[in-house]
Amino acid sequence: MDLQTTIYLVVGLSFALYIGIAIWARAGSTSEFYAAGGSVPPVMNGMATAADWMSAASFISMAGLISNMGYGGGLFLMGWTGGYVLLAMLLAPYLRKFGKFTVPQFIGDRFYSKTASTVAVLCLLTASITYIIGQMTGVGVAFSRFLGVSSEVGIYVGMGIVFLYAVFGGMKGITYTQVAQYIVLIAAYIIPAIFISISLTGNPIPQLGLGSTMTGTDVSLLAKLDMVVTDLGFGKYTTTTAGSTLNMFVYTMSLMIGTAGLPHVIMRFFTVPTVAAARSSAGWALVFIALLYTTAPAVAAMAKLNLHGTVNTAVKTGGDLYAAESSILAEQRPDWMKRWEKTGLLKFEDKNGDGRIQYYNDKTKNADAAAKATAAGWKGNELTVNADIIVLANPEIALLPNWVIALVAAGGLAAALSTAAGLLMAISAAVSHDLVKGIFKPDISEKGELLAGKISMAVAIVISGWLGLNPPGFAAGTVALAFGIAASSLFPAIMMGIFSKKMNKEGAIAGMLAGLFVTLFYVFAHKGIFFIKGTDFLPMIGGANSFFGITPEAFGAIGALVNFAVAFTVDKFTKEPPEHIQHMVEAVRIPRGSKVVDGAH
Amino acid sequence: MKYDHDVQGYWKATLGLLTKIMIIWFLVSFGAGILFADVLNGIKLGGYPLGFWFAHQGSMYIFIALIFWYAKKMGDIDREFDVHED
Repeated sequence: MDLQTTIYLVVGLSFALYIGIAIWARAGSTSEFYAAGGSVPPVMNGMATAADWMSAASFISMAGLISNMGYGGGLFLMGWTGGYVLLAMLLAPYLRKFGKFTVPQFIGDRFYSKTASTVAVLCLLTASITYIIGQMTGVGVAFSRFLGVSSEVGIYVGMGIVFLYAVFGGMKGITYTQVAQYIVLIAAYIIPAIFISISLTGNPIPQLGLGSTMTGTDVSLLAKLDMVVTDLGFGKYTTTTAGSTLNMFVYTMSLMIGTAGLPHVIMRFFTVPTVAAARSSAGWALVFIALLYTTAPAVAAMAKLNLHGTVNTAVKTGGDLYAAESSILAEQRPDWMKRWEKTGLLKFEDKNGDGRIQYYNDKTKNADAAAKATAAGWKGNELTVNADIIVLANPEIALLPNWVIALVAAGGLAAALSTAAGLLMAISAAVSHDLVKGIFKPDISEKGELLAGKISMAVAIVISGWLGLNPPGFAAGTVALAFGIAASSLFPAIMMGIFSKKMNKEGAIAGMLAGLFVTLFYVFAHKGIFFIKGTDFLPMIGGANSFFGITPEAFGAIGALVNFAVAFTVDKFTKEPPEHIQHMVEAVRIPRGSKVVDGAH
Repeated sequence: MKYDHDVQGYWKATLGLLTKIMIIWFLVSFGAGILFADVLNGIKLGGYPLGFWFAHQGSMYIFIALIFWYAKKMGDIDREFDVHED
């Protein structure tokens, strides 16, 4: 069977599975629609959470980012997993005990204020919608690269599939498809990693392979990689940090707090039956996430070594990387390179006209490497590699069979679709439950609310599809914004709602707005007001990264600090929350008396 | 609803556990993985420099252990103060 047919077959089978689940898991009540009836077992919820969480970016782009950044890329690994410790201990069990359908409802009830819940809805919608643009474009990208259809067709097909199980099944349909999608995506990620690990180190477990010696030598894989990349003028793989140590510290913290505050992840913990189940479920979620996240650094380092080894034969032999015959002849480059060149993810340009491919860092500060390159007659780097190649072309670089390539296609789609569905759920619940029922039409019937939920889900799918088809120019910068907003507004508000009995509505609202404002201000100063080109105002804040060298992506943690500081200051000068709210906080802290989540306001 | 058990004691025990876990959480990621990574890189764990290992592998394994430890300990505390779910 040729590659194209195999891919169609594997992707088709995975879609048939999702549709089958959609038919089986239809939601008949608001409890099923918003919280899957509150009866999802903790291990299964952990799996669904992992799929919900791991997006197209985690699956397709993360290993490539780490591959480029080296050690500094660890901030994604620690940041996106460490948040689950915070979520498990500080938020999930208490929100589960509170027992309502949405995050804004908790904020509204705890701070006895419609204003507070409206601010929370705004934060949630901004964070979720910016996040979903990336998923929809991810669906289009996966389709167009693997299935040979245009990315528009891909997005329409993706919208159709999500529509089937998200509109009719709500959280129930989404949960069970996410479980299936997790299995597809993790298999697609790990199988190629195992093959590569065996071929490079002889160890079938990638996590151990990364710490092993290269087959047939006594040099460790990481030492070999360090040697090759520094010789070619790149930064040393195992020590290059992401900006300053302080920036890496704050960036990691922002990702952790942002992860814990993302509403589509928090919502998943409303679907388990008990408080105890919410605690252990967070542990299971992290087990399933870590399966991919601990494999990613192995894929990153091994694929990087393979890539250098493909274009420079001296990488394998240990000879002179700068010898003329070490760089491979462009004519003899492997077929997969030619295939990916068509997508534009890989570019080769023969700058010195010798018919060979020189892949090195031509902007190096390493004088030794620069001198060697000049002596060898190299006239600039000739190979540009998009970070996504590391995962997408991984099976081809390692010469794996066609079905593995097909599986990677299905896995990329599963990752994008499962996260998109989770975000759509958070968006539609905020609209139908917090806005329609909470504010505009409190007397709406259960049936009416279910219908409102389904309609807002359908509308959200159409809007996100439209945004995927016409991605705004700023799309790339927006995921950072989602984390910044979650970290600076939602996380501190929820946490203070649980851990400070005396926090009042004035403090919480002022805190949320201040955190949000500071974060947006810093991000917009770098990237333009609402990401509109030319409206950035860097001189006003004293140049790029002017706040102790912290990049705008890393700023969420600072926003959170501002939120806490403002909230406690305002709280000091305003009157304390009413007695019954303080009792409510006491009740939320204790597991006994938990019941299935419901929607009563 | 009326609570006749030791709510204060329960919350104190909970916060005590949280503090312990957060110290370890901080030490393995921000400590070993970032602030002291350079120093730890002098030590090798197989082919891994130790600081690099904490940033790319170790902290994640410890995070998992921390959550399950938390879930178990909280279960014990719930029962000790008789506030567990039935």
